[in-house]
Amino acid sequence: MSDPFLSVSDLRVQFPTEDGVVSAVDGVDFAVEKNKTLAIVGESGSGKSVTSQAIMGLLNRKTAKVTGEVRLDGEELLTARPEQVRSLRGKRMSMIFQDPLSSLHPFYSIGKQLVEAIDVHQNVSSSAAMTQARDMLDRVGIPNPERRLKDYPHNLSGGMRQRVMIAMALLNSPELLIADEPTTALDVTVQAQIIELLRDLQKEFNTAIILITHDLGVVADMADDVVVMYGGRVVEKGGIDDIYYRPEMPYTWGLLGSVPRMDAGHSTRLEPIPGQPPSLIRLPKGCVFRPRCAYHELVPGDRCDVERPDLLPVSPEHAVRCHLEPAQRQEIANERFGLTSVDTGVTERREDA
Amino acid sequence: MGAYIVRRLIAMVGMLIALSVIVFLLFSVLPADPARLVCGKACTPQIIKAIDHKFGYDQPILVQYVDFAKGIFVGRTYGSGTAAFECGAPCLGYSFTLNEDVTSLITHSLPITAQLALGGFILWITVGVGVGIIAALRRGKWQDRTIMGAALVGYSFPSFFIALLLVFFVQIKFGLLGFHQYTPFFDSPSEWFKSLILPWIAVALLYAAFYSRLTRNQMLETLGEDYIRTARSKGLRERTVIGKHALRAGLTPIVTAAGLDLAGLLGGAIIIEQVFALPGIGRLSVQSVTTSDLPVITGTVLVAAFFVILANLIVDLLYAVIDPRVRLA
Repeated sequence: MSDPFLSVSDLRVQFPTEDGVVSAVDGVDFAVEKNKTLAIVGESGSGKSVTSQAIMGLLNRKTAKVTGEVRLDGEELLTARPEQVRSLRGKRMSMIFQDPLSSLHPFYSIGKQLVEAIDVHQNVSSSAAMTQARDMLDRVGIPNPERRLKDYPHNLSGGMRQRVMIAMALLNSPELLIADEPTTALDVTVQAQIIELLRDLQKEFNTAIILITHDLGVVADMADDVVVMYGGRVVEKGGIDDIYYRPEMPYTWGLLGSVPRMDAGHSTRLEPIPGQPPSLIRLPKGCVFRPRCAYHELVPGDRCDVERPDLLPVSPEHAVRCHLEPAQRQEIANERFGLTSVDTGVTERREDA
Repeated sequence: MGAYIVRRLIAMVGMLIALSVIVFLLFSVLPADPARLVCGKACTPQIIKAIDHKFGYDQPILVQYVDFAKGIFVGRTYGSGTAAFECGAPCLGYSFTLNEDVTSLITHSLPITAQLALGGFILWITVGVGVGIIAALRRGKWQDRTIMGAALVGYSFPSFFIALLLVFFVQIKFGLLGFHQYTPFFDSPSEWFKSLILPWIAVALLYAAFYSRLTRNQMLETLGEDYIRTARSKGLRERTVIGKHALRAGLTPIVTAAGLDLAGLLGGAIIIEQVFALPGIGRLSVQSVTTSDLPVITGTVLVAAFFVILANLIVDLLYAVIDPRVRLA
């Protein structure tokens, strides 16, 4: 098998601060293939956005210490010259951000901001660039693109702005698209449209997508693979079915338990994860999730406190970072989500209610 | 846009009228008696009365104001018969202490103040904004610390102190430059330059200190914005990101501040003009206040107010040009 299109191995990002070193990302591994979507899921502060910015080379090399390996189509990015990474940004890999209003420059027209992205990577005339920009706006579903080119970001609605961001990211047909919470700032109906659009465009351009989100609904709609991050580490990763139907890590359970599911009875209560995400300055010595984990008592001794669990495979595609025995994890997962036999689980709950 | 400008211009005229009324009223209640001040030691009530009559001070205040206002638009004649003299429009009054009409006093001193203000302005914007940008880009480094330290010192010193230090060190201690009276540019460009360079520096130092801090803060704030990250993620070159995206947004508030500061200076750089003996508007106002020369005070106040109000309008219009989110209505 050839190398994956993007591979990240042992990525670490540290920010030295006056209070100590912040380990925002602590040894992250994953890979994405073309035409596939990898979702990175986690709460705020779990290191997912920093991971994506590290891949894009957007972290300030003076304030952030980035180590490990990021390979885009075989090319190492972390040790590459900044100018080399810059020439790839926006061309082979591009990014869309959470808040499209603050991510677009308020003083430049949409057309100007789009054309700028074309000009820096392609050697085309300005009228050709303008045509490209207009066609791309049309492609992402913006009505009346000719007129929109002259508009400013504040003239557009939130959904239209995010479409503009997507158009801007796709102008140079990138092979990797990182979408950092692309729907968080949008209305629910608009969210669905944007996801739909991303899916269509992925088919058309054969793009590898990294979708960063805390919205498991969005993940279910789009992702092929999922990486669950907590405290700067990957705590579970696997195919979409592994994560939704056979989750094995208490944090993943917590995430799944805190979103409403269509296949659960209406009497099922949503369960928030107690506590706060950890401070990234002094991470616990053992398992990062230990302070919020409801199941750590099932692990004999103080292993959860002193020994950092490894990310161990439970199946070829599915890996978990947890000290619980596999049998224990499966039992708890069945009990909480009743998903080994979905049908009976759902019926039983209905009868309870 | 056009309607907006017209509306603002009308408001501007209204403000100037209101201001002139206020200044006029203030001076009419002051105990100063202008006629007494001019007529000297051998003064008799008859002479005072004659002077009062000649300049219209024996009239009710309302009539005096109407005469004054009329003088601005059509000019006026003081006295009558052979002693009558003409003060052409726009006549802002007549100074008895200086024996000259206020309009020509102002037209003589305004260019000097304007040269001082504009020269200083160019210096302080170049230096202040320039070093502010450097400090922002070298944040936390020695360049930043040095610039901000120097700015703090410059910012803390009162302008007369800076001016006096310049005079003391440059002209007296090191004997550079020598002392120069203000010389118009067309008489002798080199003399002109020598007479203005120190005042320019004195004006610029104070403002440059302020503007370097302002620029640095604006730039740092802008560099942290999401759209700067977007610009980088598009693969734009760093000089485009900073020179175009960051500067455009970061310098916008500076345009406002600069416009208003320049206007303030055009109303007279009182201390600097005084220290360097430049016969500008600032010096004229100080002189007129100390001699209770009411017509001159009124004139200089109106000129200063005119610049401030005009600058406000220009800055607002400029802002709408720079920032597309601003709607003039």
